[in-house]
This record gives sequence, C-alpha cells and structure tokens, in this order.
Amino acid sequence: MTLAINLSKISKSFPGVKANDDINLKIKEGTIHAIVGENGAGKSTLMKILYGMLKQDSGTIKIFDNEVKFSSPKDAIAKGIGMVHQHFMLADNLSVLESIILGMDKASLKILNKSKYKYEINEITNKYSMPLNTDSMIDELGVGEKQRVEIIKVLFRGAKILILDEPTAVLVPQEVRELFSNLKNLKESGVTIIFISHKLDEVLEIADEISVMRGGRHIDTVDSNSVSKTDLAEMMIGQNLPTPPKREKNPMEKKALVVNNFNAVEENGRKAFSNINFSINQGEIVGIAGVEGNGQRELAEAILGVFQIESGEIFLGENNINELTTRDRREQGLSFIPEDRQSQGLLMDMSLSENVILGKQSSSKYKTKLYNIKFNQASVNSNVVIKNFDVRTPGNETLPLALSGGNQQKFVVGREIENKPSLLIASQPTRGIDIGAQSLIWNKLRDARDEGLGVLLISADLDELIGLSDRIFVIYEGNFVKELDPEDATPEILGSYMTGLKS
Amino acid sequence: MKLSLRFTSLLAPVFALIVAFGLSTLMLYLIGEDPIETFKIMYDYGKSGKSIVSILNRSVPLYISAVAVAVGFKMGLFNIGVESQYLMGSLLSAALGAAVALPSILHISLIIFVAILSSALWAAIAGYLKVKKGVHEVISTIMLNYIGTGIIAYLLANIFFEKVELSTTAPQTDLLPESARIPSLNAFLGIEDLPNLHGFIIGAVLVGILYYWIVWKTSLGFDLRATGSSPMAAKFSGANPGKLTIFAMMISGGFAGLIGIAPLTGYFFKYTTDFPSGLGFAGITVALLGRNHPIGMAFGAILLSFLERSAQILDLYDVPKEIEKIMQAVIVLSVVVAYEVVKRYVTNRQIKEASKVVSNA
Repeated sequence: MTLAINLSKISKSFPGVKANDDINLKIKEGTIHAIVGENGAGKSTLMKILYGMLKQDSGTIKIFDNEVKFSSPKDAIAKGIGMVHQHFMLADNLSVLESIILGMDKASLKILNKSKYKYEINEITNKYSMPLNTDSMIDELGVGEKQRVEIIKVLFRGAKILILDEPTAVLVPQEVRELFSNLKNLKESGVTIIFISHKLDEVLEIADEISVMRGGRHIDTVDSNSVSKTDLAEMMIGQNLPTPPKREKNPMEKKALVVNNFNAVEENGRKAFSNINFSINQGEIVGIAGVEGNGQRELAEAILGVFQIESGEIFLGENNINELTTRDRREQGLSFIPEDRQSQGLLMDMSLSENVILGKQSSSKYKTKLYNIKFNQASVNSNVVIKNFDVRTPGNETLPLALSGGNQQKFVVGREIENKPSLLIASQPTRGIDIGAQSLIWNKLRDARDEGLGVLLISADLDELIGLSDRIFVIYEGNFVKELDPEDATPEILGSYMTGLKS
Repeated sequence: MKLSLRFTSLLAPVFALIVAFGLSTLMLYLIGEDPIETFKIMYDYGKSGKSIVSILNRSVPLYISAVAVAVGFKMGLFNIGVESQYLMGSLLSAALGAAVALPSILHISLIIFVAILSSALWAAIAGYLKVKKGVHEVISTIMLNYIGTGIIAYLLANIFFEKVELSTTAPQTDLLPESARIPSLNAFLGIEDLPNLHGFIIGAVLVGILYYWIVWKTSLGFDLRATGSSPMAAKFSGANPGKLTIFAMMISGGFAGLIGIAPLTGYFFKYTTDFPSGLGFAGITVALLGRNHPIGMAFGAILLSFLERSAQILDLYDVPKEIEKIMQAVIVLSVVVAYEVVKRYVTNRQIKEASKVVSNA
C-alpha cells in the first residue's frame, strides 16, 4: 500500500513553545486516519504545516512519495491536499454552486460558464453519493449540508487527501451518522482522510488508524480495532483518567430560579422562544439541549436581562426580577459564563487583575462609595481565582490573550463561581478546551452545586449535558419539547428531540 | 518582569522620535536645505523664554482637546465633533459672560459651566443618534460640525452682534468684563518680562488629573474601558451600552467645552470670526500621539506646539515652513507604527512567559 503522506522529523517552534517536536507520521492511501490529542497537543500546527499555512523549522513532507515544499495552501491544493475547517468559510448570500466555484477563476469580465460547473459538480456529488442541490442558497442549508458543501468544494479542486478539522463539533448525532457514511464512501473511492478530533468514541468508530499527539510529540499510532477508549484517553493525557465523581441528585427545597411563560421575538420578527416554563432549585443543575439557533442563547440572555422579553415572569429566588437591569440581576446573585470567552467573557487586552472585576464593577465588592474601583481587592481576588481554579499564568498582571483557551476558560468560570452567586448560567462552559481544564471545570461546577448553587447549563456537548445535569430540557424551535432524566438520556435520544424527529 | 515591560513601552515614543527625526532630516536634505542647520535654528528659537510661554499657551487648549477626544477613544467612540462642540461652547459662554456682571470667581465659574454644558449637550446629540437611531458617531459628528458651524455663524451675526449700517467690523460678541478674565501667572512666577503665561494652564493640569481619575480609577471608567475593549463582554457584565455611549459623548463634549476657555478668558475676551478654530481636529492628532494617556498627551501637545512655534522662524531663513506640517505627520505616523511594534513585542513576551508556566507545571 502506498503512503499518501509521510512526515519525517517535523519540528516547529513558536516563541517559548515547541509546538511540534520531531514528528514522524505515515498515513496510508485510502484510509481514514484520525489524529487525536488535547488542545495544545500540536494537532493544528501539524495540519497547518501539511496544508501550507505554516512552514516547518525542520523535517520533510512526502506526498505520494514525492518530497514537497509548500509556501502556501495553494501549493498544497495543487498537490491534492484539501482542508475543511471547523468554522465554515461560506457566504450566506451565495448559492451552493457559487460557493463551490468561488475563487477558482481569475477575476475577468468573461461570463461564468455555470452550467459546465454544475455538470462537473453533479458528477462529483454522484460519484461520492453526497447529494447537494447546487441552486440552494447557503443560508437555507443546515449545518450538516454546509459541511457537505465544504467537502465538495475541496474535492472539486481535485483533493485526494482530505483534512477534516473537528468535523463533528458542530453536528448533532444524526448528522454525524450521515457524515460518517459519506466519509466511508469517499474512502471506498480512494480518498485519504485525516480526521482531527478529540471525541474518542467517534474516532474509534470511523478511523482505521489513530495517531495520538501530546505536548507537541507523536506518542503512537495504533490500529483502531486494537485499542480501547480508555487506552486512547490515557495516551492523550499521559496519566490515568480522572474518574468523574458520582452523581447524586440532591436538590434543595428552595428555588434558585423560576421562569413563567417566557416569550420573546427577535429583531427580525422571528419568534426566539415561546411558552418557556421551568424552575431550578438550589443545588440543582438543569441542562438545556438544543441545536444551535433554537432559542437557547436568547433564553440565557433574557434571564441575564440583555435580551428583551415580550411577556413572562422571572424570579431569582423569591424576588421578581422582571424590571431589573442586568447589573442589578448580577448584584442579586446571578452569574453568567458566556459561550464565547474571548469576545464575551474577558477583556483580552486588560490584566487578569482587572478582568476579575468584570461583572461586579458596580457592586460594593469592588466599588467604594466614591465610585473608585478597589484595585487592591481585585488583585487579591484574582489571585484567589488563579489559585483555586489552577489558572496557569505568570501572574495576575498577565493579559488573557497570552493564555491558552483552557486557562482563559478556567479564569472565567472561576471568577463567576467565586462571586458566590445563587444562580449560574453556564453556556458552553467547556467548549474547545483540553481534558484537564474540562474535568476541573466539571468538578468545580459539581462542587458549587453541592453547596447549593443552582445552575442552568447550556451545552452542545451532549455527554457533558448528560453527565452533569440533574434534569435536561430539550429546546426545539424555541419551545421546550421534552424533559428528560439524564439517567434515561443518550446522545441519540437527545439528538432526535433536538432535530424534531421526535416530540 | 513588569518593570522591564514598562520600560519597553517607554522605548516606543523614543524610537518613534528618532525615526521621525531621521525622516525629516532626509526630507530637508532632499529639498536642498542643511538639516542640521535647520534643526538648530528651530531649536534655538524654540527654547527662548518668549517661545516657551507661547508654546505652553498653545499647548493648553490642544491638550484639553486631546483629552476630550481620548475619552471617546477609550470607549471605542470616535468623537470627530470636538471641533463644533468647543466652538459652540465658546460662543455661548462668551455671549453670556459678556452679558452679566458678577464677582470674578462666580463670573469665571459661570463661563466655564456654560461652556461645559453647551458643548456636552451638543455632543449628546451624536450619542442619542447612535443609541436610538443607529447612526455611526463618525458620520453624525462630522455632520454636526457643519451644522454647528452654520448655527454659530448665524447666532454670531444675527443674535449676539448688533449690526451697524455701513460698519466694517466683523461679527463678534461684546468684550468680557475684567471680572470674567483669568489672570496670567507671570506675577506669581516672577516672569513679568515675558509675554503672558495664561492662568488656565492650571485648568489643563486639573483636566488631565480628572480625566485620569474618571477613566482609570472609577467604576464608570471601568465600564468605558471594558466597552472599548470588548462591547459584548461589557454588556454581559451589566454595563448599559446605550447609557454609556451618551454618557461618554457628554463627558467628551464637556471636556471639549473647556478648550475655548483659555483663548476666551486669556487673550481674546470675545468670540469673533477669527476665534482659534481647528483645535478639535488637532486634538485627534495629539490623542493619537499620546496614546490617550494623560502624560503622553501632555508631551504630545507640547511637542506639536513647539514645532508650530519654532517653524515660524524658518521663513526668515528661506526654509519652507510647510516642512513643519510634514514633520508633524511623520511623527504621528512613526508613533502609531512604533506603538504597534512594541505592543506586539510585549504581547509575544507575555505569551512566551505564560507558556513557560504551563510547560513547567
């Protein structure tokens, strides 16, 4: 069997970090080869080198036995390598056909021969049985279909080797099924697929071979049939897996949050959510499962008070907080972990010491009667967060932009929990971070719950929802369509409610 | 670590000035002037006592204007309307100040109060339009500059000035009485032989301190900076973006109102058609030069005033004095570039140190 890719002795350093350290990797033609590792293990750096976005410091790349030197992705594409990024690079106002051919021709005044392209695209979609309506507009497509457009786009450029970066991160289980069957078809037709992921179940299912990376090194490549999930996880983190503490439901009597008959519409007149009724007791984690865009974000923002509701009542503890501003709600014991730490949870160019103030800048915790900020207090408290949540940073004067995603997230979660709220809204609390940070955050959330915190957990990670929640609501098109006991829930069951297959 | 990083940040302006100096030298050389001789003439003229007083007097309104612009910048708002804001404040306070008789302290306070209030209200229009109607403040403040100029011209010519048939006097407000004039500091400093050093320089210092306190020390300032750093994060933290925008515009406008105080109460004593204009735009330059920092902007204002003053001598030596404008522009460009370079360096250093901590753990 020929080797599609043969990397030898690839090294790449960034200031202070050895992102790739002497990596030797062989990928056989016509196989699905998974690369797993925690964030920061060097997967993306390696793929960027392979795709011509970065240049290795040393080492050689051979594609189908020919040594190559890439100076840009263009070179890589010319050699038959294509990459599908985790975040789609599609414009909503183009059709599928236009998206696929975008950038292929040199700009000229000649009329595009669309019918020719359409024919060629259809040949490809038929060949790999990946049906696509080339006339649909991108914004009419679901996430899975958009991903298919991205894959066809790459194949249309003649890719023989396909790099998929975290392809399932945005998909629900049913869409994952479909993707996997597509990938198998591609494999049958001889396409080599590199599948980057940290979801071990999926990797074990789809991949022929799995390479594990850790700390910039290639730890091992194993046959997927001869390895267990635990083995892989231990190879990834280099130690025995932390066992999650047992889940014991222990909600208290008192209500932390009551939401009655919540309704809201978006600016464009579309209904955001309707008839939402639920409550969260103290000492209880209530999860919300839903495909992105089904109203869960608006609901969280409405509880925080930044999204206007049309009607309904909301109580924090005993108090009606309908008329309170976000600031007052926070003052009364509401905390919020936003889904995007960088743009919503942190001031990236201000020190950690100042970031700890965020959300409490107008509370007596950090404000004197003369409206001065208590910077000394902030310095002390930021060190508490750093210590208790194991934020790896040179100090509290460091800017968040210098920290890794996991450390940024630990800081945000730590700040919100250390503010001692009575209710915490946690939106995607562990999205895109490494296993170590993830398990710390889970433990901290559980500990806080055990001490009486009420938590509203919104997550796209269904295992996380099932593992952490005491109750789960499924939101679909702005309505709670199902309440489930996590004991009875599986990702598949959740997925079928989330996509409206069941109701 | 912190100290050395601060030190690096200080290198930026020094580095920028060296680059600007080098480029200016090259330019002078290219137009056939002797660069060293030119700089020497400028320096010698600029360092005379007379010049220093003139430079300081120029710096005062320039500095305050920079502060006004910087308040907006810290929140990510571009208040391009400082120009009409201060002219509006100057006209109204000049007109009112000339119309009343009060004890000196009260009289001056009233003028300052009216100037602040009218400029702040004029600026608030742009804030309101942004919050309620979604009009970008750059567009609205530029338009308000035109509208303001028109209104000022009308008020000046038709309301505050009595036209006399066949008179050739330009429109102007009545002269301020003695009680409304801020005295010079010359007697106090024992420099009676020099031109008047205007007393409002103390006001400028207070403005700098007030600006620093509001933006860096108070919770309102924290909201402003947080919004400037990340509007979404600030909103989720409980800052009310709408209120803050209007607030910030009014604070910016309020500072703008103080720009005209020195010329008005120090040497013009009235609002006329040749009341100093353009200070609102010059303030943008100074704010950029000083990176919105109260001390940095003070240096920036003094530097630009020095260049302006010392360029006056060039005519006598047949050096085109436009060279001074080019120097200004070169300095600003070098500063902007140098800060960006240093910022990246500092960021990279931080990333490096942070990754050391991770790999050591």
